Amino acid sequence: MIGATFARPWFWAFAAAALALAATVVLTGSGGASGLLKATLTFASFSVLVGLGQMAVVTMGPGNVDLSIPAVMTLAGTLSLKLMDGVEGTEAWGLLVALGVGLGAGAMNYALILLLRIPPIIATLSASFVFQSVAIWSNRGLRIKPPDTLAAFSTGSTLWVPNLAWVSLGAALVFWVLIERSVYGRRLSALGQNLRAARLAGVPVEGVRAATYLLCAVMAALAGFLLSCFSGGAALNMGAEYLLMSIAVVVIGGSSIAGGNSNVPGIWGAAMFMFLIVSMLNSYGLGSGVRLIMTGVIIIAIVTAASGRRRAG
Amino acid sequence: MRRIDIRLLLPVLSLALLLGAVFWMQPRAMSYTGLNLLFNLAVPIALATIAQMLVIMVDDIDLSMGTFVGFCACVTATFLHDTPLLGALVLLAAVGAYAALGALIEMRQLPAIVVTLGMSFVWSGLAVLMLPAPGGASPGWITAVMKARPPLVPMAIVACVLLAVASHLLVTRSALGTLLRAVGGNARSVARSGWSVVGLKATAYGLAGAFGVLSGMALVGLTTSADANIALRYTLLSIAGVILGGGEFTGGRVSPVGAVIGALTLTLAASFLTFLHLSPDWQIGAQGVILILVLAARLLVRRRAAR
Repeated sequence: MIGATFARPWFWAFAAAALALAATVVLTGSGGASGLLKATLTFASFSVLVGLGQMAVVTMGPGNVDLSIPAVMTLAGTLSLKLMDGVEGTEAWGLLVALGVGLGAGAMNYALILLLRIPPIIATLSASFVFQSVAIWSNRGLRIKPPDTLAAFSTGSTLWVPNLAWVSLGAALVFWVLIERSVYGRRLSALGQNLRAARLAGVPVEGVRAATYLLCAVMAALAGFLLSCFSGGAALNMGAEYLLMSIAVVVIGGSSIAGGNSNVPGIWGAAMFMFLIVSMLNSYGLGSGVRLIMTGVIIIAIVTAASGRRRAG
Repeated sequence: MRRIDIRLLLPVLSLALLLGAVFWMQPRAMSYTGLNLLFNLAVPIALATIAQMLVIMVDDIDLSMGTFVGFCACVTATFLHDTPLLGALVLLAAVGAYAALGALIEMRQLPAIVVTLGMSFVWSGLAVLMLPAPGGASPGWITAVMKARPPLVPMAIVACVLLAVASHLLVTRSALGTLLRAVGGNARSVARSGWSVVGLKATAYGLAGAFGVLSGMALVGLTTSADANIALRYTLLSIAGVILGGGEFTGGRVSPVGAVIGALTLTLAASFLTFLHLSPDWQIGAQGVILILVLAARLLVRRRAAR
């Protein structure tokens, strides 16, 4: 039983997160532990939302990465806040606009991949320039605050757990069912493991690809919407750090970067780890330069260690 | 030979089209000073594009190019200016680090995207440690080279032509270049015929690091000071330049001359959009649209060629 737990790819992500938490608590004393855990759950939930979408894309095999996540987050946050204009009672419309932006962006990404036959990296990159421009154009002027209800929801907690964490837990659950139990998930893995075999076996390859890029963009849009509500307004650079984050949580979480094998629980473990490692380095009083270096080194070390593990197994 | 011609046709055409449009709108650009101003910033971008191309050639992608060029710029503006020997050693060590990364990626079959994303943190962290605020100074000889005024043809163009010729000889004419492209084409067959793929990937990454170092030095020579975020855009610009120049993402099919032309096109596109009096809000988007249009044109050309 214990052996089986060790063998799970997601075990290591949670173990690393627990270790980082312990290292921080040792220094700051147990008094800050509950606050730290709450902050971890809140900030990890954004990474989980974008990470789940990226995971689905990465599962489709080599070359499949969505680089437009930051731009989609910014665009969704900006447009929805602009529409709501801080007025209460417009929350549902705001969410709908954000999700609509996600659908539109995903459709554009996929259209470029299909019509221009270019690698997804370049397609999502070129599209992200366009999304970014629209966001800059519409973000002119004052910073618009989210409606109070949404601000309260995104910063509040239910049953001690932050509301945002509930949302991300729900999303993770949906993804787990989708990936592990649904036809779509089976087809996604088949496609990632061997595109040719999947096509010959009658998997509707293009349909699955379209659905996955749409899904990823919608998740990014949702994350952007919640993030801009949480931080009291949309900012043009608000998505910037989530490009690395989305890829890092997929890899650290135990999904195969070569595709064909995804891992939903690992996304949560990795997202918490990524936040905890930064706060650990912060609490040890390291400057921003050293913190950046350590973050990079730790990511590379984990990827290197993980690759060895997978080869052995 | 014919294949190369077809592949180069589109980048050359797009550059000529853009240049024509710029001259038409701003005839004064058609002079020594005008051309120098238009293409000045193209030199570091072209160097970074060649560096990116060397990585793409072996089927990887480098998402740390921008921060690496920024790091090299910071070293140039501080160590290389104050203590040239130490500065040169640091830059050499950076090239060594790139080669080591290439070896690590191949040995453990790591995803290059993730490793280079992680390295982008490391480079920008090191740069922040060196130059917490913008500053430093350019070594005199670099500025002298970058701001030289050779007769008839501006320095920027001379440098780009030299770069195109040198990298063409290295990549498409030399034995080493052929081997490196073969790694991108079919790494397994290269390994079966007795070459060390680890060594070749390390070479490709090391060369990329060397061109990245040159890019940082050239950038400081133009701006005369540096800061940690000076070259963040270079990651995307260099990838876009390689693609615009007719490079492919897989199979080791790249074109060094095309990559330099791609970098020139991107630099010119920025000036062109400024001449159009386009609101700065839309400049990034317009660059994205230009990229999409070129890719669409390439698809059409290829369909016709296939017929």
